[in-house]
Amino acid sequence: MKRLLILGAGTAGTMVANKLRRRLDRSEWAITIVDQDNVHHYQPGYLLMPFGVYKPDQIVKPRTQFIPKGVDLQIGAIDRVVPAENKVLLAGGAELPYDQLVIATGTTPRPQQTPGVVGREWRKSVHEFYTYEGSQALGEALKTWQGGRLVVHITEMPVKCPVAAIEFTFLAESFFRKRGLRDKVQITYVTPLDGAFTKPTCSRELGGMLDARGIHLETDFAVERVDDEARTLISYDERVIPFDLLVTVPVNMGADYVGRSGLGDDLNYVPVDKHTFLARAWPNIFAVGDAGDIPTSKAGSTAHFSVDVFADNFVHYVRGEPMPKSFDGHANCFIESGDGKALLLDFNYDVEPLPGTFPLPYAGPFSLLREKRLNHFGKLMFKWVYWHLLLPGRPLPLPAAMSMSGKTRPGSALAKRAHAAGPGPQNEKSH
Amino acid sequence: MTVAAVAGREVHVDEEGFLTQYDEWDEELAKTLAANIGIELTEAHMKAVRFLRADFKQTGETPTLRRCTNVGGFPTKDLFQLFPAKPAKKMAYVAGLPKPVGCV
Repeated sequence: MKRLLILGAGTAGTMVANKLRRRLDRSEWAITIVDQDNVHHYQPGYLLMPFGVYKPDQIVKPRTQFIPKGVDLQIGAIDRVVPAENKVLLAGGAELPYDQLVIATGTTPRPQQTPGVVGREWRKSVHEFYTYEGSQALGEALKTWQGGRLVVHITEMPVKCPVAAIEFTFLAESFFRKRGLRDKVQITYVTPLDGAFTKPTCSRELGGMLDARGIHLETDFAVERVDDEARTLISYDERVIPFDLLVTVPVNMGADYVGRSGLGDDLNYVPVDKHTFLARAWPNIFAVGDAGDIPTSKAGSTAHFSVDVFADNFVHYVRGEPMPKSFDGHANCFIESGDGKALLLDFNYDVEPLPGTFPLPYAGPFSLLREKRLNHFGKLMFKWVYWHLLLPGRPLPLPAAMSMSGKTRPGSALAKRAHAAGPGPQNEKSH
Repeated sequence: MTVAAVAGREVHVDEEGFLTQYDEWDEELAKTLAANIGIELTEAHMKAVRFLRADFKQTGETPTLRRCTNVGGFPTKDLFQLFPAKPAKKMAYVAGLPKPVGCV
């Protein structure tokens, strides 16, 4: 009996367990999956919870509900991987041997990495929304906040769901407007990037949307520390941004055991081949989802498209055959823009987010890079899709490889027509 | 990719002026590259640049700012003083290496 060991029962790990249990012969392969607890969080819900869209109990379910029969779920903390001996040690001493290892333990926010964040103002005037507790605490703070300077801030890239901070900014602006507080709130969006987003067309579009909402954009800001007494954000080049309410996206890092095992880079991400997810250092270790170092968004959609490719490849790989598929970096995401509307982005390693329709040319129904009500409903519907189709590894009508059909390249006749009205500030520089 | 004349010789550069051939660089060239972006190269600058070159040779990638601090031992604050505003990008430019991989 051969052993497939999956570390992490989050979005990517759970999909791998479901897809591979169906594809690998039960008499030939045993599958074990390890996680530190039995709680699966619907992480996109963290963004909306502070605004009262979801209640806490709507976004958590037991992991066991999504692990198929024939897969052994073990609850325990991972101490380290010993790749030279093909085994994983759990805290407490248990040993799990493997023939093939899939690392899917994702990435987590590390607010302690920036001095002053986890200090006397933590969860009072200094918040984050990347954890269940953080999102809830921020929701409580927003309920009673009377206005002042709101600063939304990204510490360092890459972070999980890189558009979440700008979505939060749009949602907060809309939230304060509806509560009659907008004229009492100054909003600043602070980013280490040189524009509102990484890719030029999208950065321009989002930059224009910030401008139209009266939100100040502070770029190239590499934070050194938070002064929690003066309530300021201070950069390495000594810029100072005062706040009354800070919503920060902390440094994100892969799991600590990855570092302890000598398998990670400086942020504990496993260096992998960006088309197959095979670890560069070991021929029987893969890293999927946010755990690897592939140069695309750390996001559930990337995990979804990449696991489709990975599962198809894996069954060939373990038979000693070449891997037939190559991941193209496909990611897509809904961007909430407030007032019940959202944008949709669809991109890959080589093609930046472009305007157009998705998934079908002309028919859509979703519009790419434009604010639409339907995109917002798409985002809300996605929670159902996530629990019922995505995690169980059922097919979704979305191909893993990105399609150019329905998209409009900048400079084409269609693009000129679509942008005749023209968005605001220019930011052609790519990061 | 195009060929540009820098300090009186021809080197291969990308559309933003970053050198694309590792071996076309030397410390003389670095002075001119630095001057192009308003930096007068000192030994302190060169120490960081040499680390970038050595690390790239080992890993095949331009190191991130975090890596320069963690592995190279250069305090981030110093790098911001030496290469103001965009140290990662400016260091890569002076070191004749590809622009650090954009984050997405």
